[in-house]
Amino acid sequence: MSFFPSAAATPGGVSIELDQVTKTYPGQPASAVDSFSLRVEPGELVMFVGPSGCGKTTTMKMINRIIEPTSGSIRIDGQDVLGLPPDQLRRHIGYVIQQIGLFPHMTIADNVATVPRLLGWSRKRTSERVEELLHTVRLDPAQFAHRYPRQLSGGQQQRAGVARALAADPPVMLMDEPFGATDPITREGLQAEFLRLQSSIGKTIIFVTHDFDEAVRLGDRIAVLGERSRIEQFDTPAAILTAPANDYVASFIGSGAALKRLALLPLTGARLSEAAWPLGQQPRLDPAGTMRDALDLLVVTGAAAVDVVDGSGRRLGALTHGDISAALVGVPATGGAAS
Amino acid sequence: MTVLPPEPGPWVLRNRSVLARVLTAPLVVVVVGLGTALWVSSVELDSIEQRTLNAGYILARVQEHLVLSLAAAVLVAVLAVPAGILVHQVDSGPLRTVVLGLANIGQATPAVGVVILLAILWQTGFTTALVALVAYAFLPVLRNTLTGLAEVDEATREAARGMGMTRGQVLRRVELPLASPVILAGFRTSLVFAVGVATIATFINAGGLGDMIVNGLKLQRFPVLLVGAALVAAIAILLDWLAGLVEDYARPRGL
Repeated sequence: MSFFPSAAATPGGVSIELDQVTKTYPGQPASAVDSFSLRVEPGELVMFVGPSGCGKTTTMKMINRIIEPTSGSIRIDGQDVLGLPPDQLRRHIGYVIQQIGLFPHMTIADNVATVPRLLGWSRKRTSERVEELLHTVRLDPAQFAHRYPRQLSGGQQQRAGVARALAADPPVMLMDEPFGATDPITREGLQAEFLRLQSSIGKTIIFVTHDFDEAVRLGDRIAVLGERSRIEQFDTPAAILTAPANDYVASFIGSGAALKRLALLPLTGARLSEAAWPLGQQPRLDPAGTMRDALDLLVVTGAAAVDVVDGSGRRLGALTHGDISAALVGVPATGGAAS
Repeated sequence: MTVLPPEPGPWVLRNRSVLARVLTAPLVVVVVGLGTALWVSSVELDSIEQRTLNAGYILARVQEHLVLSLAAAVLVAVLAVPAGILVHQVDSGPLRTVVLGLANIGQATPAVGVVILLAILWQTGFTTALVALVAYAFLPVLRNTLTGLAEVDEATREAARGMGMTRGQVLRRVELPLASPVILAGFRTSLVFAVGVATIATFINAGGLGDMIVNGLKLQRFPVLLVGAALVAAIAILLDWLAGLVEDYARPRGL
């Protein structure tokens, strides 16, 4: 039994289509969101990135009808969400907000159990699911299930928030700057965990952020939004970094576009050159890194090349400055970041 | 590793200061009560005083006083909390202004005046005193219900809605539990108001400890006046103390 038709058949996500979606607030001359159209493929992680007040959050909140669109249509898995009862709809869409919004008077376990209880799951099924999810987000149930939110650090609270959003296994997740309020180190950890999680659950996710680097790091595709949520460019991170559609997108990328692209290129797929020197003469790098790590090592050590050496001590090849430059040129404009 | 605050412990005995707070009020009442009793037993009472200062008379007045003030407090809780919830849910500025304005008038008008006016226009006795008390003690519970509900963090509310709770579920499962400490604090204030103001019930023949205070004044019998006043104070302090314990106990864990 499933709310969205194909969610039962496919374990991952379902598609989201927005068609000419407009939001106009009464008494305001210009619309906040102006005929926004976009299609998100099943299992895709799409980032909405844009400056504060550009309407990206409003656009996202229309999908679970926290904000009602003025006109246009929104379909999840081909089903028009504006024709569904909003409360029922929201129980099947994961929702994570920046302020987390954990219920302070409930334990972490009760917080995570919120949607399963709304859906009338049995006690046993709910508690098993809560335990499983706390493991998934790396909060040991024995330690955290019966704590209250204020007894957790910011990063732990946000992980509990993600667990709560995933509780009823919704095919679609909406995330509004979920890591925005955490410090840089915590944020990087949460991002890495989030990528690991998404690679195993494959939800369809719309993720709002104002941090372009976060968008590059996490997104399958990025929608760069301008005023009134106009789509300035919608493409893979590599394609946007390689060929920004206009000055606005270029200014949003900021400086160092090439460096950001290098961070998207894993060493595993890189073209390595033959090493003509004995192992140990040049600095070595693990193949789990990116081209950016290679460049970083070159700059720091002043060496002419780095050896890429795997865990067993076998040299896969070497990288020089020239190889790294060539990688930037050689990458096809689209699909470069697909991994 | 982050240092986590300790798990909330048993509700009362969390530390010594809580214990001191729990014991102070009853101790003060016992000491003042004993002092008054000793003093009264040391003076020679005339026949008027003897008619009043005996266990039967005093217990009857205390009972009247308690029934009146507790009935008023319960009615206030039953009426003002739903009124507050209604105003909050409707979320209309004018309605809020009108309801709060009415409650303000109830509290601002001198209670003696209200009681006597109601007695002239309607009737004397218990019911009239009860109505006047409810009108007088309505505001704290109403205002605190509104404040408590309004103070619930917007992000918490949005998360609740975003997960698919209906408005009623958001109210019952999130807003009311989070607002409950503030609402209970309002109830505590109303309760103490009611005990104090119930002394004026004597003016419209509704009994209570006001009888002893007014008689003591009119007949210039100081022991009667003193015992009446001390009893009202003791009841107010003890009820406030009890309500405080309930507040501590009923406070949602995790806040």
